[in-house]
Amino acid sequence: MALLSIRDLVVEFPTRRGVVTAAKDVSIDVRPGEILGLVGESGAGKSTIGNAIIDLLEPPGRVAGGEVLFKGQDLRKLDDDAMRKVRGREIGMIFQDPQTSLNPLLTIGQQLIESIRNALGVSERDAQARAIELLEAVGIDEAEARMAAYPHQFSGGMRQRVVIALALCGDPDLVIADEPTTALDVSIQKQILDLIRRLCRERQLGVILVTHDIGVIAEVADRVAVMYRGNIVETGPTSQVLGAPTHAYTQSLIAAVPRADVRLERFASVDYIEGGAKPFHRIDVRTHWLGGALQREGTNEDALGVEDLHLSFVLQRSLLPSRRRMLKAVDGVSFTIRPGETFGLVGESGSGKSTVARIIAGLYRPDAGDIALLGRPVTGNRRDPEERAVRERLQMIFQDPYSSLNARMRVLDIVAEPIRFYRLTESEAETRQVVQDLLDHVGLGAEAALRYPHEFSGGQRQRISIARALASRPRILICDEPTSALDVSIQAQILNLLKDLQEELQLTMLFISHDLPVIRQMCDRVAVMRRGKIVELAETEHLFANPEHPYSQELLRLMPRMDLLQASRDATPAVGTA
Amino acid sequence: MNVRARLHATFVDNDIAYSFWRSPTAITAGAITLFFALAALFAPWIAPFNPFDPAQISLWDGKLPPAWAEGGQAKYLLGTDNQGRDMLSTILYGGRLSLLVGLAAVCLGMVLGVMLGVISGYVGGWVDTVIMRIADVQLTIPGILLAILINGIGRNLLPLELRQEFAVYVVILAIGLTDWPQFARVTRGATLVEGQREYVQAARVIGLPGWLIMLRHILPNVLRPVLVLATIGLALAIIAEATLSFLGQGIPPTTPSLGTLIRVGNEFLFSGLWWITFFPAIALVILVFAVNLLGDWMRDALNPKLR
Amino acid sequence: MLSFIARRFVQALIVMAVVSAVSFSLFNFVGDPVNNMVGQEATREDRLRIRESLGLDDPILVQYARFVGNALQGEFGLSLRTKRPVDELILERLPATLELVFVSALIALGLGITFGVYTGIKRNSWLSQTVLSASLVGVSLPTFIIGIALIYIFAVNLRILPSSGRSGTIDIGLWQTSLLSADGWRAILLPAITLSLFQATMILRLVRSEMLEVMRTDFIKFARARGLPERAVNFVHALKNTLIPVITIIGLNIGQLIAFSIITETVFQWPGTGLLFINAVDFADVPVMAAYLVFVALIFVTVNLIVDILYAVIDPRIRLGGT
Repeated sequence: MALLSIRDLVVEFPTRRGVVTAAKDVSIDVRPGEILGLVGESGAGKSTIGNAIIDLLEPPGRVAGGEVLFKGQDLRKLDDDAMRKVRGREIGMIFQDPQTSLNPLLTIGQQLIESIRNALGVSERDAQARAIELLEAVGIDEAEARMAAYPHQFSGGMRQRVVIALALCGDPDLVIADEPTTALDVSIQKQILDLIRRLCRERQLGVILVTHDIGVIAEVADRVAVMYRGNIVETGPTSQVLGAPTHAYTQSLIAAVPRADVRLERFASVDYIEGGAKPFHRIDVRTHWLGGALQREGTNEDALGVEDLHLSFVLQRSLLPSRRRMLKAVDGVSFTIRPGETFGLVGESGSGKSTVARIIAGLYRPDAGDIALLGRPVTGNRRDPEERAVRERLQMIFQDPYSSLNARMRVLDIVAEPIRFYRLTESEAETRQVVQDLLDHVGLGAEAALRYPHEFSGGQRQRISIARALASRPRILICDEPTSALDVSIQAQILNLLKDLQEELQLTMLFISHDLPVIRQMCDRVAVMRRGKIVELAETEHLFANPEHPYSQELLRLMPRMDLLQASRDATPAVGTA
Repeated sequence: MNVRARLHATFVDNDIAYSFWRSPTAITAGAITLFFALAALFAPWIAPFNPFDPAQISLWDGKLPPAWAEGGQAKYLLGTDNQGRDMLSTILYGGRLSLLVGLAAVCLGMVLGVMLGVISGYVGGWVDTVIMRIADVQLTIPGILLAILINGIGRNLLPLELRQEFAVYVVILAIGLTDWPQFARVTRGATLVEGQREYVQAARVIGLPGWLIMLRHILPNVLRPVLVLATIGLALAIIAEATLSFLGQGIPPTTPSLGTLIRVGNEFLFSGLWWITFFPAIALVILVFAVNLLGDWMRDALNPKLR
Repeated sequence: MLSFIARRFVQALIVMAVVSAVSFSLFNFVGDPVNNMVGQEATREDRLRIRESLGLDDPILVQYARFVGNALQGEFGLSLRTKRPVDELILERLPATLELVFVSALIALGLGITFGVYTGIKRNSWLSQTVLSASLVGVSLPTFIIGIALIYIFAVNLRILPSSGRSGTIDIGLWQTSLLSADGWRAILLPAITLSLFQATMILRLVRSEMLEVMRTDFIKFARARGLPERAVNFVHALKNTLIPVITIIGLNIGQLIAFSIITETVFQWPGTGLLFINAVDFADVPVMAAYLVFVALIFVTVNLIVDILYAVIDPRIRLGGT
């Protein structure tokens, strides 16, 4: 019998522009000892389901219909008091961000004991014993000693373990985990997922795992429900849904997941998702203003070279040198990038890969080391006209499409800023024309020029960012995790766009990502970074086939297994290429 | 977009306007504030008398109660003060002065604070340290005390014969100089947040000089919290001016502000001439209340977390 | 933690140095000290002699050092108005101000925190809405208007409380207290309420908004999702996290109370240091102004230092270091 069985659940959010239905006629079942993956892209309504089950919807959200049957009882019929007894004791919840899920002012022991005593009504001593037991169960060493520690004394992964222990305090039968690994690095992600699976099996827990990440689903879920715009479009065993998807949306979604096993020319385009690119009004770059820089340069020199870069950040200031703590963010990094090449920097958070990019872009000044752009050394002196001329040839695309555009400026002014600043055109009329051509070229359409950023979706904003970066006619483009904030289907479109642009404009790219499959699809050569150092630098195909450094091997091993997906890809031909 | 659509978008079809038109308190507060602003602007035309014109004042008409009370005269709606000046007229002129001083002081504090705050937050380093330490030290001393002090020093620096004439400017300076650290702190905080955002980084990669980035990119994006602070600051500045004047440190009785009127009237309170204090006081409270209400609504409306 | 407090202590010293410099510069800004001492008819020779005897020809830094040295011993010279030693004047009036501030602080904190927490938890109850509207009126009422209104109601019309002055004081050693007699309490009641009301509403609103802020955090949501009772969520998790900003508010509030005591003391003719100061400003009595400033700054700095220590006690992130 199903532990939890949701029937025709409807969740609504009344807003200024009318009622938004966040979940529509959703029906799912969870059995004991089973992990149900609830997967969907942002805005699909997947988190809403979790919150609706335990009646903790953010106001003004409300459940408008359906049943939530838990062990045969409809939770919607319970009053507040009875519902509170269900929370923690029957259904546990794990949230995304372990940084903010714990009360910073109480020791984890206090928080655990409080929750255990509240849920089970046992004595302080029994609660203490059980708390230690739980900490051990979630894999925290020296549990007894760690009871007295405060949350800020734990690392992110350890905190998430504590959060899981807290969720298990009341011995629940069902656990809802809302993106439990999204804020964590790949290596930690793997450990947490293993932990969740082990607990699920040992304790016969029912688990609902809410995630946007197909990789996570493939890794741990027994069954999957795919959500699209508030609807469940497909449900079934993981191997079946991922291996042989029947719904067009699921097929598109899976096709868009970057492949780690083989390099493709282009990503399969995802037709199902709206709000994507319009058909390109391509301009001919050879005759257009945009291609104007192509002829002028074209040497055989390295496009970009860095030699022995160093940069340290101060973690703790102190008058006493012995108490000062520094972080060596970049510690002796050297590499060169050939013209027209895409060079990848890969590593986990804190590896220093973004810092390297920012140093090259001139956002940080290195403590030591040399940088050469297009064969000329640059020192960071913005007053030097020659250096400015070289800098003009380097542009950058950032990670977060929501913060990388000035919300108070029209798209026209955003994209035109470099053109106007460097006076790259003869007249304002020409500037406008160029901006419109650029917007056309990146697939937004010229009419976007007069609108403001907030009118666009994440993927569209990233296109605006790309147009802005192109507006100074760069030779070198730094892409700092350009798609990691985007849904996987949008990611495929943006990466395709970058590939196209690189080819026709013969751009040199420095591509930074934590995502190995993306790196494999995009880069010619890769450097693997760890703790500020490059541990391995190799041709991409070589690295994926024969990683030499132990850390590279470890990273490749930790990549979510996507074998399941391969079946579907080989079975259904690519959904079409645009 | 044509002009009409633009106006529509600015005043009707956006989240803030939406919130405004749906909140009866906000509309009431806005209306009262507008009413005071208009009354202040047009005081010389709508006031029944000119309280500064000796020809229109007659001591015989002094200390008259409001028109509806026993002994009141119809032409003096709210009665007269000890010198025979029409209360309604002095309040209109006084409110004009109070509002003007408050606005000027807030503007001074805001311009100074926002400028220093943006620079402090964007440039960082020792510039930041120096500016913020000054602000910290100043914030250790409560505003009103500082205003009294600056005002006292300012008056003493002026030659005796100019003190009355320049009193208004000294008060504005005193309150404005007291205000700036608040603005600087808020602006700096917002600038630090915005400075880390990627659109600023993008502008730096383009190669824009620092002043242009501060002006074009950061300033427009930090103005929201500043606007809220300025509204609440206006209420506080009006109170501060009234307090200074009440203490006899502010606007002189020859051209009274609301605070001065209350100070003068206070002397007659024990003899039962309540209206000389009451009406200016109530006008002051309503004005400040309306501005506070507006600021309160604005803070909620502009706080994305509350929406 | 020690280094944190040491850093704050150094900051406090810097503040005191700056404030004393400002006080010192008052002597140079506001009027000519020689004129203040001798009047218009003194001869040129007299003036020069006095200048020299006062050390006004020494380099400015030497003069400042002398000022600080004297200040450390409580020496601020003679009041220009009363010709009495300034430290005596201030010490004599200090109890009146401190008691007023103390009673007001109790009222303001009691009312402010209680209702702040209440309105933060019960966001939508009618009492919260009423209290909140009332508090907005509260922040719109200038202290002196509250004072005048209370005098008019309780002293002029009802005649149940005195309108001004301090009476019924009892001496305990050097300290004159109002808090030990009914008369003393009757006299202090109106000024204390006047002084506290504006601050109480300020505190209420700040505590409420901090409470709401904490209520929105993930760990509160997580605590709810664990089925903890509302009482535990509100008072164990939310309130404790609200305490940190609230302590800051209390620190600032005590400073504000001392500043606003100037106004209250003027309205009620309460014989405290505030009244002394405002009279000194009227007469450009520089030594009294300077001494008052230093003395007030000293209180603020001390309060702030205590606040910082409390911070460290409550917040393990400061106490234990690291992030």
